[in-house]
Amino acid sequence: MEDIDRITTKKARNNEALLKVKDISLSFIQYTSGLRQTELKVISNLNLEAYSGEILAVVGSSGSGKSLLAHAILGILPSNARLYGSMEYNGQPLTQEKKEEIRGKEIALIPQSTNYLDPLMRISNQVIGNVNEKNKESIKKLQRYVFQKYNLKPEVDRMFPHELSGGMIRRVLVSTAVISSARLVIADEPTPGLDEKNLKETLSYFKDMANKGCAVILITHDIDAALKISDRIAIFYAGTILEEANIEDFANDGENLRHPYTRALWNALPQNKFKAIKGHQPMQDEIIEGCFFYERCSIKNELCSKGIPELKTINGGLVRCNNVS
Amino acid sequence: MSTAVLTINKGLSGGLNLRQKTILLISFMSLLLLTIVICSLFINERSLSTDFDSKNLAPSLKHPFGTDWMGRDMFIRTIEGLGLSIMIGAFASLISTLISVILGLFSSVGKIADSFVSWLVDLFLSIPHLLLIILISIGFGGGATGVIIGVALTHWPSLTRVVRAEIKQLKTQEYVHISRNFGKSRWWIATKHILPHLIPKFILGTILMFPHAILHEASITFLGFGLSPHEPAIGIILSESMKYLSAGYWWLAFFPGLSLLIVILAFDMIGENLGKLMNPKKAHD
Amino acid sequence: MYLKGENISFGYKKNNFILKNVNICLGSGEVLGLIGDSGSGKSTLCKILAGYEKNYTGTVSIDGKKIPDGVYNPVQLIFQHPEKAVNPKWKMKDILNESYVVPQKILDSFGIKKNWLNRWPNELSGGELQRFALARALSPKTKFLIADEITTMVDAITQVQIWDSILDMVDELNIGVLVVSHDKKLINKLCHDIVYMSDLINI
Repeated sequence: MEDIDRITTKKARNNEALLKVKDISLSFIQYTSGLRQTELKVISNLNLEAYSGEILAVVGSSGSGKSLLAHAILGILPSNARLYGSMEYNGQPLTQEKKEEIRGKEIALIPQSTNYLDPLMRISNQVIGNVNEKNKESIKKLQRYVFQKYNLKPEVDRMFPHELSGGMIRRVLVSTAVISSARLVIADEPTPGLDEKNLKETLSYFKDMANKGCAVILITHDIDAALKISDRIAIFYAGTILEEANIEDFANDGENLRHPYTRALWNALPQNKFKAIKGHQPMQDEIIEGCFFYERCSIKNELCSKGIPELKTINGGLVRCNNVS
Repeated sequence: MSTAVLTINKGLSGGLNLRQKTILLISFMSLLLLTIVICSLFINERSLSTDFDSKNLAPSLKHPFGTDWMGRDMFIRTIEGLGLSIMIGAFASLISTLISVILGLFSSVGKIADSFVSWLVDLFLSIPHLLLIILISIGFGGGATGVIIGVALTHWPSLTRVVRAEIKQLKTQEYVHISRNFGKSRWWIATKHILPHLIPKFILGTILMFPHAILHEASITFLGFGLSPHEPAIGIILSESMKYLSAGYWWLAFFPGLSLLIVILAFDMIGENLGKLMNPKKAHD
Repeated sequence: MYLKGENISFGYKKNNFILKNVNICLGSGEVLGLIGDSGSGKSTLCKILAGYEKNYTGTVSIDGKKIPDGVYNPVQLIFQHPEKAVNPKWKMKDILNESYVVPQKILDSFGIKKNWLNRWPNELSGGELQRFALARALSPKTKFLIADEITTMVDAITQVQIWDSILDMVDELNIGVLVVSHDKKLINKLCHDIVYMSDLINI
């Protein structure tokens, strides 16, 4: 029963960040027409810190490279990717070897797609397979206990993935992360296609994990869902994070928000003004000298077109903008 | 805003990237095969005339592959034999591809057509390959015609299967449904939406069929069911050389056999590397 | 002009209906919201109304006339994932002009830039592709537009931009729109009238 106790005890909030992502850039080597290769930058100068017991949401439009951030942290990038910058996990440098050693154990991914499960393996075997302990009996008990908690009936243990509904598969994936006793959980777009009831339920799982002392990174395009459960929200735009705001900053007209893009995003929500600013996110192969938001910004000045703005701490949050104080 | 693309082309001096290496390899292999075919076309009768002064000579600078019991140069015979094999292989693969295209498209017409095609595929795959080629080629009177027809009629089933599965999958795509909703005809959709996805499969299928066709042609000729003994085919050369092996004339079998192997490997390498270039998952490695 | 679905029933197995006796009516120029949970059959209903799904009972008609097969369908359906709705082997300009030559006015309205036209689909984002999917579906022959969760995957700003353009265009072209979503707040902002999937299904 020791295992069961372990997962239910709440850990105290650690003051040091569990994961620190420092100024990483990610690019892909691609062939253009013919035989020339080009380097396509998808993430640039991105900073991120995840604390135990907290949910950090990374919000950005789909297809903007957010999933690649998760893949970079887990060390599962394709071979033509080039990653620059550094990461720290639990005070130690997070190298590729370290990533390979601890992923699936200390760092767990809850994938976007529900076809990550092995179609030819029974559910309980797949879930248990992720636990690295010798005592099979107690793991089995733990697995049953966690499944019960997520409303997965005993017969599910012996089923194959195709026999489960989408919602059940999502719960299995969440259980897998819980059982693996991960300290850092990265959920990649876990919400699309869920109606309100399922959405609430799925989000409560993440809240649960954070309460147990996990650091949760929730990658999503759905700012509404992020607002419901996160402690902090990082706004992802054109491959970088423009602002990391506390949840309280999203109130009223968003006057406490630091970056003009975050405010525009907040104003565009249906429950707020439902008003859009003009323009598009820059394309991935556009080379931009200055601030990525320059084209669409209403408070820009000459300095903004020359060099990426420094990351500043303002009012308990981080922002990359020259014109806030 | 300036749109620029950063190019990090390393060029020839700084080492080649993988795609350049792959294309270089493909061109080299294709050149080798093309040279064999062209050379074989220009060999005249005289260079293959019997010369009993120089019979059964071991490999030397003058005769790199040695000579046979009638004094013919084995190098020239091998080139001529390979050229013939490649041409028969090309012809047979093209016919096979054509059959699989027709059957693949036919299977997409309706349910009955589809089950007929899959029945036909299963039927052909259930009969031992070599046996079927022998039966068909004898049925068509043997000789070069018999071999070509035999090989062509037996190599389509696997490609047909691939084409059929691909079409089935493509027909469920949303953009195909949308096109139909725009009022486009079946023919329009088949040529504009579906065919562009199939063409790479056809090209690859044809090239990968080559080595099979050549090997099968050589084997049945070796067994005596294929080309007539007067043709300078590689299968004939090999079967003749068997009689002289015990006399110690090893070069009669060794060099033609090795050349056949190299040709087969060349085709296989071309096919595999082309496949790598066309595979979107590996395209950027 | 009215698009009507009457007594529509649909099921994969006998006696196990996803839709049963559903009635729905959409008028020209009307913007009707349809709210439903996932798995409630709203996507199936969309496919039936737009002629994608044929194995149903009941009738779908425009002003009492059945919608003919094999010609341009006046009911056009837009999907949630635009990347699946475009042929990856086609350039964007071919995709755009598949059904008719899209006039500059519509391109401007959707903010489609000239330099996007020479790109391949995988070089554009979901929001950008969705604009193409909409522009090519707004031919003069289109009378009704069915939007099945079309902005679920894009960011909030793009969502407003896309809907602003759609509402502008359909107003001008007098097209009826069925807005299908699970997002009540969005539908409240967009629609004249709202129906709930749970009220339509009488199982």
